[in-house]
This record gives sequence, structure tokens and C-alpha cells, in this order.
Amino acid sequence: MNLLTIIVFDAVNYAATLFLLSVGLTVVFGVMRILNVSHGGIYALGAYMGTWLALLVLEADLPPVLTYLMLLLGAVIVGFLLGPIIERLLLRRIYGSDMHIQLLLTFSILLILDDSMKLIWGMEPLFISEPYSMLGRFKVGGIIYPWYDFVLVGVSVVFGGALVWMVRATRFGKLVIAVIHDREVSQAIGINVNLVFTVAFTVGALAAALGGAFVAPKIAVVPQFALEVVVLAFAVIAIGGMGSIEGAAVGAIIVSFARALAIHLAPELELMVVYLIMIVVLVIRPEGLFGEAELRRI
Amino acid sequence: MTNWMDWRALPRAGVAAAALLIVLPPFLPGWILFVLTKAMFMFIAVMGVSVLLRGGLLTFGHALYYATGAYAVGFCVKWLGVRELLFLIPLGALAGFIMAALVGIVMARYREVFFAMLNLAFSMILFGALLKLYWITGGTDGLAIGTATLAGIRLPGDSYGYYYFALTMVGIVTLVVYRFMASPAGYFLRAMYDNEIRIEYSGVAVRQVVYRTYLLAGTLGGVAGVLAAFTIGHIVPEDAFWIQSGEFVFVALLGGFGGVPGPMLGALVFEFLQTYASKYFPLAWQMMMGIIMLVIILFQPGGLWAIYQGIEARITGKDKGGDHH
Repeated sequence: MNLLTIIVFDAVNYAATLFLLSVGLTVVFGVMRILNVSHGGIYALGAYMGTWLALLVLEADLPPVLTYLMLLLGAVIVGFLLGPIIERLLLRRIYGSDMHIQLLLTFSILLILDDSMKLIWGMEPLFISEPYSMLGRFKVGGIIYPWYDFVLVGVSVVFGGALVWMVRATRFGKLVIAVIHDREVSQAIGINVNLVFTVAFTVGALAAALGGAFVAPKIAVVPQFALEVVVLAFAVIAIGGMGSIEGAAVGAIIVSFARALAIHLAPELELMVVYLIMIVVLVIRPEGLFGEAELRRI
Repeated sequence: MTNWMDWRALPRAGVAAAALLIVLPPFLPGWILFVLTKAMFMFIAVMGVSVLLRGGLLTFGHALYYATGAYAVGFCVKWLGVRELLFLIPLGALAGFIMAALVGIVMARYREVFFAMLNLAFSMILFGALLKLYWITGGTDGLAIGTATLAGIRLPGDSYGYYYFALTMVGIVTLVVYRFMASPAGYFLRAMYDNEIRIEYSGVAVRQVVYRTYLLAGTLGGVAGVLAAFTIGHIVPEDAFWIQSGEFVFVALLGGFGGVPGPMLGALVFEFLQTYASKYFPLAWQMMMGIIMLVIILFQPGGLWAIYQGIEARITGKDKGGDHH
């Protein structure tokens, strides 16, 4: 019973982390049909920037509550700076290109971002625990849990909800859906497709940076972090269906439960189980659980 | 689609390069020989990635086969104490082939992003296994390999003998790939790049073509892994990590994946770049790869080999019309 509680709690809050990591990737793929490999780099940069700013606050002896603001600020800076730059300067040149060109371009951005972080913040892990420990802990069935984990679950639910609302209920969301269905016709009826792309990519980048910044206090931010998380994010959205926000949520939940079960019952399987699920899902349903099958065009 | 004939039509560059690789090494310092040897196995692995790319299939998981070959050697050394190349090269090739035969059943159905990502998933499973099953694989410490023997004679990874053995393997691989590309499967593969559905409508089993290509690529990966294990003398789970796969793709793109000379040029340049980068700016090596890749994608999609062809065309005054995708 006790073990089950632990597994469920672990899974739920890891799901929140995973959702924040992967939702931006799925948004970008959904709108632009580009699998953005550099997503992991933006995520890690958000984590570094947020942690670094928060540490500055602590060093300056300002009230530690401000660290939350700094995490947010770090994410916003990274998202709003990198998003438009990458989209306008680089991605825009390869929209019509072959898939492998698009993948490789974003892969090279990832490599550049990853080393930039090493050059700026060094090889030592960056760590801030105040935002994590400040909120205190609570007890459930003899297990102590930090409140921060639940704040994170809240953040990811609100963020995911806001994205779904934006797509379903706003004018901009309707434009996005039009662009997804047919770029050329959208352009012909006067939708600014370029702007939609820039906004969509920036939203994706912001989501990544936010995820990174708010997960950072739970972990130590280390070099090469970017390279590890991006593969995980791929697995999550491939399981859920690439391009679907709901799919990212479902994928995150499935992966996190599988991982929590593996960690507590068969620790050797921790890394493998995620990709095993991904393969099983893709073999049975190549478009993922919530994805739409693509038509083959001649 | 003339590239695979190019090395016939272009004897000067190919023959000159081969001659240099055969004649020059005894006059070079030891560290260059070592870098050249590394370029040889890199070339073999990249050849597999390049062949797939010729059909428009990008893989971010080719390290799966590379690591399969390397760990096949690792286990033979660990359990049997066997370091005989004449046994291990065929074994590595077979291991890669069997792995590709199994994984390929799934993979032949997928294209584009899914092909890239499923390959990635399979290689990450192997990575996870190598990392976590430490009582078998040595975990993060990896396995020590030691010195190879060829027909019983010791052949250290940095010796001339070993280099020439690797070069012989490169020759064999080149012939095999050339034969494959000249076969019907090879032609359909290139046609697939342009339009897969039309190929299918003309009565060709596209999955068969993909499957065969995949088998070839996997086998080459296994061979490269065997050579790598003995050259470096140590194998680690990172051999299966997706960044290793990314490097293979990088080299294919750097040299140009249109033929045989491109990947060779790419492998040579890559190994020298890496040697210098790890010496002078170890923290910026990936950044350098990234920037080079960006520049190639945006300005020179044919890679270094296309640059060479351009220069040659200008000198001889005729356009070879190489078709590098």
C-alpha cells in the first residue's frame, strides 16, 4: 500500500515535469510540422538562466520569495529572445526543405546551445534549493512530500489548460488551425502565416524555458542536460501523438507511471521502459495515441 | 543519378586519394596514423548512414549497430578471451546484421520523422541496457578491450598493420556498397528519395528496398564497431548514445552523402577537427560541429565533396553535374 502511494505520487509529479518539458515540442510540431531538436537546449537554457538569476537574488540578500519571480523572469527572457531569433533567422530558410534538413538544422542549434551553456556557466552543476525547500513539506500515509512538487503539478495543469484554451477558444487559435490545415490557402485568404509561425515557435520556446526554469530547483542543472531531456520529450510526444497538446499530457502520464513503476520495482529498466513503450505504441498506432494519421500524398 | 559512377568517371581524385591513403602513412607521425585509423572506422559507420540518406531516410540511432559490434567484441574478450580479428569482424558484421534484421522488420514501415525517432528509441534502449546491466556490461566504466590479433599476430590499435587492416576493410566496404547501389535495390532506393509512391505504383515492394538497405547499413555499423573497439581499446555505453548517432549523420552531411568520396572526406576532416578541437577548445567542440552543420545546411547542401567538384569543374571547364541532395 505504502509503495503504491509512493509510486502514484512520484508518477504524478514526474508527469507534471514531463508535460512541461514536452508540450512546447508538440505545439511546434503541430503548427510547423518541424520536429524541433533544439527544444532540449531551450529547456536547459531556461533552467540555467532561471537558476542563475535566482542565485543572484540570494547573493544580494534580497527576500528569497523573489527567487520564484526570477525563475519566471529567466524563462521569459530565454523564451522571448531565443524563440523569435531561431525562427526568423534559421527555421524560416528551411520550411520547404526535406525533413532530414529540418531535423539536422535544429540538431545543430541544440549542439550550439549546449556548448554555449558550458562556456557561460562552466562545467560545475548549478543548484538552487530555496524555491524548493521554502514551501515546506507535508505528510501523506507516513511519506513526506514537498509542496513544491504540487505547485509544479498546478503550474503544468494551468499552463496546459491555457494552451488548449488558446487553440480552441481564441481567434488566434482559429487562425493557427487554419494554417495547420492548409498553409497556402490560409495565406491566400489573408492570414499572416509568417506571424503565426513566429508566435507558435515562441510559445513552444517559452513553454520549454518555463519547464526548465521551474524544474531546476528540484534537480541540479548540469552540462549535457539538454541532450538527455530532448530524447525523453520526443518519446513523450510520440506516444501521445505528435502535435496534440492532450496527447503530450497523456504521454507524460503514461511515461511517468511506467518510469515510477520501473524505479521502484525493477530499477535496471528505468531508462529502457520509456522507449519500449514508445516502440509498442508506434508499432500499434504509428500516429501516436492522440495523433492524426497523415495522408500519403503523391 | 550519376554519382555512384563518378568514381569511375573521376579516376583522378579517387585513385589519388586511395594511393595517398596506401603510400603515405609510413611517412607520417604516429598520432596522424591513429587519427587516420579512426577515420577508417568512422567512414564505414557513416557509409551506412549515407546509404540510408540516399533514400531520404535519416536515422538518429545508427549508434545502435556501432555499439552492437563494439560490445560483441567486448563480450568475446570478456568471456572467451578472443581478440582475433578474422573471427570478430565477421561476428560483428553478423551481430549488426541480425540486429538490423530484427529492428528492420519494424523500421521498414516507417519514414521521415518516425524513422529517425524509432531508430533513436531502439538505440536508447540499448544504451539503457548497457548502462544499467552493469554486471554484464561493466556499466559506465565500460569494458577494456586490449590488443587485437590477426591470424595470431598481435596488432596494436595504433600500429601500421592495424591501419592497413582497417584500410582493407574500407576497400571491401566500398566495393560492397558500390555493388549494392548498382543493384536494382540501389536504384530504387535513390528513386525513393524523389517519390516513394510512384516507385510503389510501378510494382516495386518499397519495404523490401528499405529493409535491404537497412540490413546493409546495420552490418556496416557492426563492422565499424569492431574496428572502433580495437582502435580505442575501450568501449562505453555512450557508444550507443544518440549523440554518437548524431556524429555519424554530421559526418555524412559534412562530406556529402552522395557517393563514396564524400563520407571518406567527411570522416577524415571530422577526425582531424575533433583531434584539434579536443586539444584547444574542448568545451566548444559541439558548438563547432553545430556551426559547421548550420553553414553546410544553409549554404552548401552537398557538403565538402560538392565544393571539391565545383572547384574541379571550374578548373577543367566542364560541369560534371553532380546531383547531391
